[in-house]
Amino acid sequence: MTRMATKISDKPNGPVAAALLAGGIGSALFGLIVFFAALSESFATALNWYNPVGPLSGKSILGVAGFFIAWVVLHALWKDKEINFSGISTASLVLLAVGLLGTFPPVWELFGGG
Amino acid sequence: MDMTGREIWTTIHGMVFGFIFLLGFSGALYAVYAMRPEWLTAEGMKRTVNLTKASVWALAISAWAAVITGTYIVYPWYRARPPEGATDLGNFPRYLLLADPGTAGWHQFGMEWKEHVAFLAPIAATVVAFAVSYYGPTLARKVGERRAVMIFFIVSFAAAAAAGLFGAFITKAAPVR
Repeated sequence: MTRMATKISDKPNGPVAAALLAGGIGSALFGLIVFFAALSESFATALNWYNPVGPLSGKSILGVAGFFIAWVVLHALWKDKEINFSGISTASLVLLAVGLLGTFPPVWELFGGG
Repeated sequence: MDMTGREIWTTIHGMVFGFIFLLGFSGALYAVYAMRPEWLTAEGMKRTVNLTKASVWALAISAWAAVITGTYIVYPWYRARPPEGATDLGNFPRYLLLADPGTAGWHQFGMEWKEHVAFLAPIAATVVAFAVSYYGPTLARKVGERRAVMIFFIVSFAAAAAAGLFGAFITKAAPVR
């Protein structure tokens, strides 16, 4: 353990915080897009970017792009920094929960969608 | 035992890529959980970390492969619209399920949930793979970070499991042929 500790140097937690938060942002963005598409047929139609796949094409491209763009931006901002990990972790998990709720059909039905 | 091209792709989507992720998850999760300095020697930590890194990236890639093949190859066959006046909906699974109130729920709840929640699996799995790779053995001493990574990993599994479960049920009720 002592030998291991002396060989390992601590890295800043910024990059991992960035990845976690980006994961949360991407999930929440996707969940919200799915949710609002379930509530609005015109919005769903506007997301039909590739007809064989239908609105799922636009939803998935936006959600995945949101994840990767957020990751690139946050990584650039935090790559050499030590971040308040607890706060970022909590925010990331809350955003992940938004993504889970937004993709759950009974939630849409609660608001008249589906 | 002949399979059509569509059945082969459906199998690749679910029984290869999806299965790799669902089956490999528990081992990888335990590996992350067990990265504790009090449990492993320096040599053990090094071996565990290298194997864990490879595992989590393989799982993340499998999850992406599953959603991409599912969305852009299998799903179009599932949701294809039958010709006007068609009475045999056997090759149009979505419409077959919706034609009967007894099976409509498989689409209205099952597929609608599955096709969306599945995307959270590769996003969360990629975050896990990055965190494990970035920290390497240092993750052993990062209690908060390891906990957050494990939660993301569990959510990734739950999303994939929901998608896989309903994929299996829907394939049984209305297979893509």
